[in-house]
Amino acid sequence: MFYNLFCRHKCRHDEVIILGMRILAATIVLLLVLLTVLLFKLAWPAITKFGISFLWEVRWNPINEVFGALAFIIGTLTTSFLAILISTPLSISVSLFISEICPKNIGKILGVFVEMIAAVPSIVFGLWGIFSLAPWVQDVVTPFLKNTLGFLPFFQGPSYGIGVLTASIILAIMITPTICSFCREVFRTIPEHTKEAALAIGSTRYEMIKIAVLRPSFSGMIGGVVLGLGRALGETMAVAMVIGNSPRLSLSLFAPGTTMASVIANEYAEASNAMHMASLGYVALLLLVVTLVVNGFARFIIWKWSPKI
Amino acid sequence: MIRRRLKNYLFLSLMTFSGFAVLVPLVLIVSYVIKMGASSFSWTFLTHLPTPVGESGGGMAHAILGTLYLVGLGGLLAIPLGIILGTYLSEVGKGWMARFLRHAIDLLTGIPSIVIGIFAYILVVVPLKHFSALSGGIALGIIILPIVTRTTEEILKLVSNITREAGLALGLNQVQVIWHILIKGNRAGIFTGVVLAISRAAGETAPLLFTAFGNSYFSHSLMEPMASLPAQIYTYATSPFEEWQAQAWAGSFVLILIVLGLNLSTRFFMRQKS
Repeated sequence: MFYNLFCRHKCRHDEVIILGMRILAATIVLLLVLLTVLLFKLAWPAITKFGISFLWEVRWNPINEVFGALAFIIGTLTTSFLAILISTPLSISVSLFISEICPKNIGKILGVFVEMIAAVPSIVFGLWGIFSLAPWVQDVVTPFLKNTLGFLPFFQGPSYGIGVLTASIILAIMITPTICSFCREVFRTIPEHTKEAALAIGSTRYEMIKIAVLRPSFSGMIGGVVLGLGRALGETMAVAMVIGNSPRLSLSLFAPGTTMASVIANEYAEASNAMHMASLGYVALLLLVVTLVVNGFARFIIWKWSPKI
Repeated sequence: MIRRRLKNYLFLSLMTFSGFAVLVPLVLIVSYVIKMGASSFSWTFLTHLPTPVGESGGGMAHAILGTLYLVGLGGLLAIPLGIILGTYLSEVGKGWMARFLRHAIDLLTGIPSIVIGIFAYILVVVPLKHFSALSGGIALGIIILPIVTRTTEEILKLVSNITREAGLALGLNQVQVIWHILIKGNRAGIFTGVVLAISRAAGETAPLLFTAFGNSYFSHSLMEPMASLPAQIYTYATSPFEEWQAQAWAGSFVLILIVLGLNLSTRFFMRQKS
């Protein structure tokens, strides 16, 4: 049917369909702009009432209608930063292992397994986090950290299993496939002959990887890490389940905390009043802006320093 | 020289170690879910509605159907649109409009799913004034859309211009080339993108919390709240009752079976094809 339609009036239908595609594309772009505007509108009462000081107000009190996002911002930044700290070395060495060291077949299978981590739903990560990871963090990791680094304020205080540290570990696992697959893309762009040249001047494998693989792909790897950061900032369910959801600030990584995404997940469906809802909208708007900036930054790095990808 | 060799071996073994260490969490999670899930999984779980706390038995039949319903709805809205937009980006769009759309799609991929939930809430729940399956489907559609668009675009870009020109030389017009040669000829690749997007959407919880919301009975209405497997797992997992937690594990077992099954089988299927 489709075919006959075109044969009879070739040109006209052709143009009409292409025009239709253009209109559809324009609609999607407009829809996105509209959604951002509507989110602004939702948050507007909170924006006008609290203004920019929302960013450094610690109190979050739905009963007295005093709202500030500092605890959430700090929680999001701490967990994401820790996750990056744990995940970056691991991801880079795994992608080096896959693309440079191990046999191709094993590398392929390992690559699929790493991507499977990304396919596990975040609710399953959360469930596993509550029942398996949190007790392990409480019984094994916490005593170890207290004994070795206990003089630092970050590693003091009681541990309940759930808390900032557990959330960061979960996040680190979740963003590893993102960084990993990106780094593999970067390593793939390095031409074979540069590596061979490095080996030909007598380098060991380690020196070859250092000078011919890691050095030229440095900025590409940074791009991958920033993409991973973008993913970590917005991760919701797994974090909401293991972080403990307490909007109190604490230096200790063992203490429960909260993040921007998890407070929205926990409170939005049962927001007690209009200002509470508007404030959650404000938090969502901040989260949106932060992730857009981080992802844009990642794309900028990728575009600027590695035009090959 | 010995020092350099030693460094080399140390480095290589460290890389090898990390290559296998990264598998540890995956193995732990999957085996733990299977262990916990298989023990509380049963036929009743697949076919029955939940029971109140304290009563044994009960299942998540409504949530499993709800997930299929919501994902189907999201797919129905987003998959055709995604394929059209992907084709537009690869074949038609050249100007500022296409650049803008490409950025918009890229950014949409990066938007946290909880914010997408809020979008669907503003777009559907606020005007209708109550939670509905429709809003949940739209939220999942917004998640599916960029993935399908990106994969379609990437796949069509791999087609060499010679193929397009061959079609044009036979007297087909541009739309006929797009439909008969590009889309039909690459349906396996496009299908992979679609299945990956669906498996991603099936596991999403955050956008459904305040759109489809959840209920505890069978429902087929677009305008009523609807249960979903991930949201039901969340409710049960954070409850203090042991029976409910066991149900959450069984739910995760089913969910991970669906998601990883879809994921692995498409990859396998694709490898066979190529």
